[in-house]
Amino acid sequence: MEELIRADNLTKEFPVQKSFVDLLLAGYKRQVVHAVDNISFNIMKGEVLGLAGESGSGKSTTGRLLLRLIEPTSGTILYKGRDITSFSTREMERLRERIQIVFQDPNSSLNPRMSVGAAIAHPLQIHKIGNSREQKGMVLSLMEKVGLTPADFLYKKYPHQISGGQSQRVVLARALITNPEFIVADEPIAMADVSVRALILELMKKLKSEFNLTYLFITHDLATAKYLCDRIAVMYLGRIVEMGSRDELFLHPHHPYTKALLEAVPIPDPRQRRREEVVRGEIPSAIEPPPGCHFHPRCSHAISKCKSHRPPLREITPRHLSACILDG
Amino acid sequence: MDEKILEIKNLSIEYPISIGIVQAVKDVSLDLHRGEALGLVGESGCGKSTLGLSILNMVRPPGKIVSGKIVYRGKDILSMRDREILKIRGQNIAMVFQNPLTSLNPLFRIDRQFLETIQQHEPDVPKKDALRRAERILDALGIEQKRLYEYPHQLSGGMRQRIMIGLGLIMNPDIIIADEPTTSLDVIVEAGFIDLLNKLRKEFNLSIILITHNLGLVAEIADRIAVMYGGAIVEEGTAEQIYHDPLHPYTYGLINCVPNINMDQQELITMPGNPPDLVNPPPGCRFEDRCPYVMDICKEQFPPLLSHRDGQKSACWLYKEKEAAPWKS
Repeated sequence: MEELIRADNLTKEFPVQKSFVDLLLAGYKRQVVHAVDNISFNIMKGEVLGLAGESGSGKSTTGRLLLRLIEPTSGTILYKGRDITSFSTREMERLRERIQIVFQDPNSSLNPRMSVGAAIAHPLQIHKIGNSREQKGMVLSLMEKVGLTPADFLYKKYPHQISGGQSQRVVLARALITNPEFIVADEPIAMADVSVRALILELMKKLKSEFNLTYLFITHDLATAKYLCDRIAVMYLGRIVEMGSRDELFLHPHHPYTKALLEAVPIPDPRQRRREEVVRGEIPSAIEPPPGCHFHPRCSHAISKCKSHRPPLREITPRHLSACILDG
Repeated sequence: MDEKILEIKNLSIEYPISIGIVQAVKDVSLDLHRGEALGLVGESGCGKSTLGLSILNMVRPPGKIVSGKIVYRGKDILSMRDREILKIRGQNIAMVFQNPLTSLNPLFRIDRQFLETIQQHEPDVPKKDALRRAERILDALGIEQKRLYEYPHQLSGGMRQRIMIGLGLIMNPDIIIADEPTTSLDVIVEAGFIDLLNKLRKEFNLSIILITHNLGLVAEIADRIAVMYGGAIVEEGTAEQIYHDPLHPYTYGLINCVPNINMDQQELITMPGNPPDLVNPPPGCRFEDRCPYVMDICKEQFPPLLSHRDGQKSACWLYKEKEAAPWKS
């Protein structure tokens, strides 16, 4: 398999905004949020890489960094071997035809004053693909493929006239219209109703094989990740703590955080009720994260070394990586 | 467990809007027993939250309870005077809402919010005693006592949610109605919340009504489950019956369209179509246009919720003649 995207030592820090009064009282002290903290991973062509973690773990920031929707503080992003962090605006524009993103909330990603057809055709206009008649034909045929039927009828509808599930299909169609090969899907089903979620997941699977797509699938729900992803990276406070194939990760989780996450997932089956209590506590602040391994304050296996050493992400079995001192 | 603590009888709720009347809840009957956890499950717009609000007569205008009764300890809440209901709210039946940030007053410290609740019901309680009670509740919830003197924004999301539960529990109610209590929480915090709720339930012999769309959450807590669709209960049974032997095609679809982390699923069951429009809905079954087993009668007559076996009820014409669910053969 060919490598499509590779992130090396990717880091993103956001400065903390302080009010004038705070600055006067406390004096100037530059504080940053370590949203993404020196992570490296790759995505193969045709693969679905899942990025899982709790809110504040940096998974959405990672997705946006890969598309350069925000600029990394440091690190490189290779797309088919070329470093896109040094691309010019023009080069980036051309690249965006091939890399797209789908956001969580379809309603806030659609312009309420643009009809369904106009929204899906918009990327074609931006990238100057086809004349208006050809564009309409492309939009209608794609609408059929994503299940927006009858396409003629829905073409003229506005976002408020269609259901939530249909809006998410419009967003997917808009991402697919320029025939991309890589899609970042940022919690695409989190806002949808239970029955709509299944439809969108099945659709994403179908579109993947039909359009030969590669996904970065960002989710907080491990059950969904297991259902859709080939490989999964678990993030905690800006770092990848474990990464491995779907089967490896779910059958042989290594990192205590991954284990805690897996135990916490509620099982939709009363016969499998959890009997033991889970890890307590919540994800700490990313402004001053705990030193050493970020997870040590919540970890029941923590030893003193965990407080001072950042555990490296290393291979424990082929292609299964974990960042825990106790692994070594 | 057999003692009925709350009975909802033939409840219907409507919202008149400019283009007609929304039948948000249609002829719902439901019982809650002492110490029981009842799950009220359904997708957005199915009427589950409206039903939850109606129990304390809190449906906001223009919504109106057009018929039915809610009997708590032998008395109909809906025909009580405001003053009587105020006594029940918080003291006997408490509500925990979805978003703790909008339910807690950001201007008051947590202690004041507890005091307000206690003094509303027991004006003569000295402040000291009231605070001691709040501290004890915090202990039970696993929150340090010093947090009592902080403001909501200083607490984490999980803590705020636990404070909400604490405010609900402070008057030692019989019933807690929790409407999507974990939606804003992360999985690990959510799991902690589930443990806590199960623990408190035993400790205080609480009855719980858990309103949610989260099938994982309800499977972890509920003894009995009522599934709602289009304003009506389509199926009711024990958690075991609902998850392993559902009768209504909607229940079957709903249970099987969620990814289960303990299973190797190749494909999820999908239910094409949209939930029904509740403005002047057609006379038949509200699931009729999405149902793979639809028959002529389904389009004409609204199916009543009937008992089938061991207390399992379903509102589906399929079982007029047949016994077993069609996906079982």
